[in-house]
Amino acid sequence: MSKEWPLWEVFIRGQHGLNHRHVGSLHAPDAEMAIMNARDVYTRRNEGVSIWVVRSSEITASSPSDKGPLFEPSNSKVYRHPTFFDIPEEVGHM
Amino acid sequence: MYAQLVKSEGMKAREEMSPEEIAFQERIDRGEKIEPKEWMPEGYRKTLIRQIGQHAHSEIVGQLPEGNWITRAPTLERKAILLAKVQDEAGHGLYLYSAAETLGVSRDELMELLHAGKMKYSSIFNYPTLTWADIGAVGWLVDGAAIMNQVPLQRTSFGPYSRAMIRICKEESFHQRQGYAIMMKMAQGTPEQKRMAQDALNRFWYPALMMFGPSDKDSVHSAQSMAWKIKINTNDELRQKFVDQTVPQAEYLGLTVPDPDLKWNEDKGGYDFSEPDWSEFFEVIAGNGPCNKDRLGARVRAWEDGAWFREGLMAHAEKQAARRAPVAAE
Amino acid sequence: MPSLPDMTTPNVADLAREAAQTASAHPAVPQPDAGQEAFSEMLLRLGDSTLILGHRISEWCGHSPALEEDIALANVALDLIGQTQLWLSLAGEVEGKGRSADDLAYLRDAWDFRNLLICERPNGDFGHTLMRQFLFDAWHHELLKALAASSDPRVAEIAAKAGKEVAYHLERSSDLVVRLGDGTEESHRRMQEALDDLWSYAGEMFIGDAKDAEVAARGIAPDPSSLRAAWDQTLQHVLTEATLQIPEGSFAHKGGKQGIHTEHLGYILSEMQFLQRAYPGASW
Repeated sequence: MSKEWPLWEVFIRGQHGLNHRHVGSLHAPDAEMAIMNARDVYTRRNEGVSIWVVRSSEITASSPSDKGPLFEPSNSKVYRHPTFFDIPEEVGHM
Repeated sequence: MYAQLVKSEGMKAREEMSPEEIAFQERIDRGEKIEPKEWMPEGYRKTLIRQIGQHAHSEIVGQLPEGNWITRAPTLERKAILLAKVQDEAGHGLYLYSAAETLGVSRDELMELLHAGKMKYSSIFNYPTLTWADIGAVGWLVDGAAIMNQVPLQRTSFGPYSRAMIRICKEESFHQRQGYAIMMKMAQGTPEQKRMAQDALNRFWYPALMMFGPSDKDSVHSAQSMAWKIKINTNDELRQKFVDQTVPQAEYLGLTVPDPDLKWNEDKGGYDFSEPDWSEFFEVIAGNGPCNKDRLGARVRAWEDGAWFREGLMAHAEKQAARRAPVAAE
Repeated sequence: MPSLPDMTTPNVADLAREAAQTASAHPAVPQPDAGQEAFSEMLLRLGDSTLILGHRISEWCGHSPALEEDIALANVALDLIGQTQLWLSLAGEVEGKGRSADDLAYLRDAWDFRNLLICERPNGDFGHTLMRQFLFDAWHHELLKALAASSDPRVAEIAAKAGKEVAYHLERSSDLVVRLGDGTEESHRRMQEALDDLWSYAGEMFIGDAKDAEVAARGIAPDPSSLRAAWDQTLQHVLTEATLQIPEGSFAHKGGKQGIHTEHLGYILSEMQFLQRAYPGASW
């Protein structure tokens, strides 16, 4: 019998209150061990205060071939960015 | 380098390429990253698996020569530093295996290829660490040579490989320094320590130069890998850079690089130096280095002796999942 | 009344000087007295145990059954070596002969080591190593909880820091013991064998001697036997879940705390101390 430990994706929230961020993956037999392994593998340099793990096989990803229809339309919505608007200098920082 | 003599596909001329291959090459030329599920030529995928796999194997086999000295480190602090460093190598192996896994090969499959002798690891780890100064020399020269190659690879075209290299480079910044710090202590130490330091440099200099692999300026394999941006510099460029960087460091230590023909060449703005003995290199690659059998043997033993452990944990996980699963309706 | 020679403090002037030195760095140190010897002995027992166990598990680096385990076990070894530096530094300070943590680790022979025998047991297979770790962690965790309330603030401070590390060690080793005990038939068998084999080396953790009594009386450390109930409870809980049988026997090998070791320690030291011994006085 030789069965490989499943692959897990690891997400870590650092000290500064930002969102959990994908940092990499690892193998573990179950979720609890995956959390511990993530602690040992991905926080050796004090990188995190919270860990999420999820089975890699459970992740649903957008399809690369849809990249055009999914993401390009937002290119034309330039007015969503603050730099679109000119504010006179005398108004000050906005 | 950690990935030496990686077989790539022959370079394809543009007119031989399919429309998909042209589009792919254009993306790489624009500096876009290729991600795992996107279309890629089969040759790109296979070359990457070989290269990343070899790189990963080098990290974990590379634990062994240094790991040798964890139990003999001369102070508690040196023991902790060396253990942390060798542990980092395991981590780097893990990151790289993960990158390779996104290409559709599992870590266990790669391990089995290594154990069967069907995949290689860097020639450097088939040399022995005989004295404590060797631990200094490995950090200084071997990690120094590895960094030469890994820094540019942060820009490689394959996203997961690039991200692994970024993480590795960040963590590795202390490795070369700890090696050099050991060398400094020895070079400023007792006459015996100085002798030990010189001896380590004598033994590791040429094997370190071999890490970059034989000259590949005329190799079609390398040309294809460079077009795909999975190889960034030629072997000779990196070797030259390494020599230019390392010679002044040796001088600072008061040690002599074991090459009577080494001299500064004003015209090229770099050192002229002797080539390593490439017949020795090919012997080591073929399995006849001083430690090939011990290194591979240790990896195989760890794997086989650990099988019951990996299986035991998996069996428990399956039992637990079955206990949690709702009982099927009758 | 003429002053009589003081049998317990051979050099009062030295002790006073030492007291003045340590008192300035650590205002709340207990007054040095005859108990200092028991105190430094207790610190050696702690530091030597973490040193020898840390050394043992560092032998796995590069050889573990999975990369994740290799990394995790190295973290435990690193914690233990770090704790060793703290305990042995303090032992040297309390001893007052100017010996550093490295002097104590690298320049004493086996009979001067005070580690528990269980720490020097050979690693065996990975399950054996994990079982040894679990038995040790379960005790270590209780000990550090008690030491965090030590009357000596230096001890309390080290124990508080180490306690967090060891809480994780125990969590990890317990989880693995449970999984392997309740895993395959083979993993169950191996874990039961490890437990049976190590059992007679666990009792030493709870056997006190006169020196233990002395530091306990001064509130520096708990009476070793007082840690047994909580340890039993942890074992009961974890080993039941692991479907493993707690051995019946109550025989306990002892002597490590008094410097009477198994043959294994000599080999550990000859490897560990090699460079310091072969090149006396060199700086590394």
